[in-house]
Amino acid sequence: MEHIRTTKVEQVKLLDRFSTSNKSLTGTLYLTATHLLFIDSHQKETWILHHHIALVEKLALTTSGCPLVIQCKNFRTVHFIVPRERDCHDIYNSLLQLSKQAKYEDLYAFSYNPKQNDSERLRGWQLVDLAEEYKRMGVPNSNWQLSDANRDYKAAICRCSQPLSGFSARCLEDEHLLQAISKANPANRYMYVMDTRPRHRMQSWWATQKDIGRIILNAMANRAAGKGYENEDNYSNIRFQFVGIENIHVMRSSLQKLLEVNGTKGLSVSDFYSGLENAGWLRHIKAVMDAAIFLAKAIMVENASVLVHCSDGWDRTSQVCSLGSLLLDPYYRTIRGFMVLIEKDWISFGHKYSERCGHLDGDPKEVSPVFTQFLECVWHLTEQFPQAFEFNEAFLLQIHEHIHSCQFGNFIGNCQKEREELKLKEKTYSLWPFLLDDQEKYVNPLYSSTSQKPAVLEPNTVAFHFKFWRNMYHQFDRTLHPRQSVFNIIMNMNEQNKQLQKDVKDLESQIKQHKNKQTDGVLTKELLNSVRPESPALKTSLCLKEQTLLPVNDALRTIEGSNPADNRYSEYADEFSKAEPAVVSSEYGVARMTC
Amino acid sequence: MEFSELIRTGQAQAELLRGPEMPPLRGTLCVTGHHLLLSPGPQATPDLWLLLLRSVDSIEKRVAGDAGTITLRCKDLRVLQLDIEGVEATLDIARSIEALSSLESVITSFPFFYRPKGLRLGEAWHFHPPERYYKRIARETRAWRLSEANEDFSLCPSYPRAVIVPRAVDDDALARSARFRQGGRFPVLSYYHAPRGTVLLRSSQPLTGRQKLRCAEDEELLRAVLAEARPGARGFIVDTRSAQAAKQARMTGGGTEAKAAYPGWKRLHRPLERGRPLQESFVRLMEACGDPEQSMDRWLSRLDGCRWLSHVKEALSTACLAAQGMEWEGACILVHGAEGTDSTLLVTSLAQLILDPLSRTMAGFQELIEREWIQAGHPFQLRCAHSAFSHTRPKHEAPIFLLFLDCVWQLGRQFPLSLEFGEGMLLALFDHSYASPFGTFLCNSEKERCLCEVRTRTHSLWSGLNQPKEQRKLRNPLYVPNPLAIWPSVEPQSLRLWQGLFLRWTHPPEPSEVAWEKVWQIATDQKTEGSQPTDSASEPQP
Repeated sequence: MEHIRTTKVEQVKLLDRFSTSNKSLTGTLYLTATHLLFIDSHQKETWILHHHIALVEKLALTTSGCPLVIQCKNFRTVHFIVPRERDCHDIYNSLLQLSKQAKYEDLYAFSYNPKQNDSERLRGWQLVDLAEEYKRMGVPNSNWQLSDANRDYKAAICRCSQPLSGFSARCLEDEHLLQAISKANPANRYMYVMDTRPRHRMQSWWATQKDIGRIILNAMANRAAGKGYENEDNYSNIRFQFVGIENIHVMRSSLQKLLEVNGTKGLSVSDFYSGLENAGWLRHIKAVMDAAIFLAKAIMVENASVLVHCSDGWDRTSQVCSLGSLLLDPYYRTIRGFMVLIEKDWISFGHKYSERCGHLDGDPKEVSPVFTQFLECVWHLTEQFPQAFEFNEAFLLQIHEHIHSCQFGNFIGNCQKEREELKLKEKTYSLWPFLLDDQEKYVNPLYSSTSQKPAVLEPNTVAFHFKFWRNMYHQFDRTLHPRQSVFNIIMNMNEQNKQLQKDVKDLESQIKQHKNKQTDGVLTKELLNSVRPESPALKTSLCLKEQTLLPVNDALRTIEGSNPADNRYSEYADEFSKAEPAVVSSEYGVARMTC
Repeated sequence: MEFSELIRTGQAQAELLRGPEMPPLRGTLCVTGHHLLLSPGPQATPDLWLLLLRSVDSIEKRVAGDAGTITLRCKDLRVLQLDIEGVEATLDIARSIEALSSLESVITSFPFFYRPKGLRLGEAWHFHPPERYYKRIARETRAWRLSEANEDFSLCPSYPRAVIVPRAVDDDALARSARFRQGGRFPVLSYYHAPRGTVLLRSSQPLTGRQKLRCAEDEELLRAVLAEARPGARGFIVDTRSAQAAKQARMTGGGTEAKAAYPGWKRLHRPLERGRPLQESFVRLMEACGDPEQSMDRWLSRLDGCRWLSHVKEALSTACLAAQGMEWEGACILVHGAEGTDSTLLVTSLAQLILDPLSRTMAGFQELIEREWIQAGHPFQLRCAHSAFSHTRPKHEAPIFLLFLDCVWQLGRQFPLSLEFGEGMLLALFDHSYASPFGTFLCNSEKERCLCEVRTRTHSLWSGLNQPKEQRKLRNPLYVPNPLAIWPSVEPQSLRLWQGLFLRWTHPPEPSEVAWEKVWQIATDQKTEGSQPTDSASEPQP
């Protein structure tokens, strides 16, 4: 609490992010140890977790006060006007401190207390168990023993980092391990090695390895540092495949560009699409997806094992392996399976969450939206295969929220070792049981486990299919969302159908009972009464129109019948009042009356 | 003229390729007066493949060795390939299709010969949309009357016989106002917004010309509109051209309302694209959609370059402006551009969908299209003569109606529960507006349709669509009546390319179609289960 000077500021304005006429709400701003809270005059609350703050800026003083702009990692952007500069300065300084913690122990997860006892907490951590998962995949079996790799079916997905081959170094043990992986697959004598880095970055190096080709500085540097990739000559029965996924720095700046574009006020369609193109974000998403598809095809069609690696083996490799698994195995498309997938391919394989998400005050160059990209790829899959996933978009958004919230221990730390040292399982809670408790919010009502005839998904990756994920990047910009949600109404209908079916069963069993009692089968008064003219289920159907049945946790999922005030074109209202003919009217004064 | 003169060959053996997802079809190919037929041959398969020649937009032929290939690009954006045995046969068939698909005569077109089973001629025509609409508003207000001044189409050839005008204005004044407006399109009522007692009017531009002429009756008409609405009511003229373009129109005899001449009325300029630039936008969009190999960047840049979604945004926001003027400002709105038959109708019909819950029902939507597009004189025959693939230089073609359908689709995406009709209905309207066995979209105006006796000699599209067996394709299973106005977001992030139309044939959205079935199933379970509790396998009620 030592960072907090001012806890409450009144008469603060919250500006509409996209309004060109500075539309705003007035309310009170509160600063707590964990959150920044704004309550507007309609008592609507906006909570901002300190850990979610990516950037806080104090802009130049204006006549109405001191502007404070906060950008969050969950893509919320708020723009406050604080009447007094001094208050603004205090809050600004507090937020700077509170949003960038120096050590893990200061993260929210270590103080978050959902009122559970130790055994409940421990059970929460055990909900998603990896040993169980390997058993499910059917390993260890006669070909595989439980070790550091991960595999499906007969063919397997394996992962590693780049080999440190340098100029001509070889490692016999490494070659033998690869041989062993290859042989472990009785169905195919060759295996693939996928390098997820763009070929142009590696190819020049490859050329020099083979013969005299041109030497490019970048490749030289990489090679001189003792890095590179497997030499095909040294590894028999191996086929190489490069898939061009750019590195974390390219991805970071791509997202930055994307956010700049979609944060523009009065954005035209043309600026939006040229901005989308320049940002390159969707191109990167497509690249990740293409790589995952290659992986899935190699395993399904060719029955070949695949070893995936990038530079370090915890970013692009995690993306490709986890997406590949999702394409291949319907289990990972269930709510629980998806949790297992994240535990397996991301958390346990050492995706550096804390560095990539900037949990602590660290090197900004290590921050990169690698996991966000993975979630976006999954979202694209759910769009193409609306019935294949047990979970819905809200589930993905909720996970994304907690990657950065540091409220739960799952995503804290950079590797398994660090996580054990932090004693996360003793000191913090796991996210998964909380999501499972709220499962009904995250269920896809169209999910059908039986409709998946080929269990393997084969997504189409022509450019048309990649769309801007509005609900992620404008999650909190309610005015850009559809005003009614199909999801909620289908959920409600499903619920009611279930309820009605249950009613039917109950009534039928009652009829049976009564028939047993009274052979003539006349309905008793009691039974008639039990057929409620207005059953609870029927009552809920009235609520359909209000569309408020489902508990929705955020503005994103709320539905407006219609509220014209939300739309930016309502600014035309100003035009009505100030509308003047664009052509000077006096010239009409001399117009003659004819006709 | 006899069709047989244009048919150069009897038949040929051919194979038909219909896109990546459909199996090829082999059989005997045959050209008739209105159709291209492919009969799979003597084997028991009765499936006859049939293509209305009128729906062919462009045709390409290639010959190699003793076989030929004809590529047909259709107005519904389908691309078909025919591999034909014999060079002569290929050329003959190509020539026949070329000649027959570009016939301009209306009364020899297929709708005049189409006699489907189960439908009766003269059924389901909306004979008197203005009259019916007038009955509706007469319950609310006495300020308007139905005028039959245009009974013989002498005031305005593109208006229907009856129009709704201010009660205070007599037919002689209408005649004078008509002479002051391009094509005789004097201001008439398009929509009465009962909750606020305000109105939406449409017209064409006034013929002020270089001399800045005025017309007392025209001015009186608009004054009467405001006076009847409410003392002190304001009016806005939404001109769908830029201020510059409106001013320039004076050079060619057109122009815009002078402020001094129309007290209480203010002009707002909302430039909307029309005519050739809009047609080119459509053509370029389809070129981009035809190339699945392109990179992500190229696709985004072409999507940007064709500007189609910009047009969608502009159309929607102009309609919102008009709707908002009525709903919020309590103002009367007059919409016009130049001719008043294109972007004007786009704006007035969209504004009604936003404000009027009735127009969002299946029946109301059909009535809206009949009243605000067909009877209001949108020249369908000229605008929809060719679609995106034609090689001929566009003359009058412009996909204004398609732009309207796209905007409605966007509304449906943002308010998925508020429209009673679904995407299938919009797709059907698109297909039929370009080529149809029904007579509904024939001709350019009511006058022409009367001359051709379209109503008595062809079937109405509505009778075709309103058959129970068609309904499942056309309706929105999630529809819940919504009495409120539906204000869409017009930000670029909220608008999407209408893949179901522009990529309909190249990328069948198979998984989502299955999902759609599931939605239907859930929705119909909902409605039937309550009433038939023991019969869980009951068929959905149409």
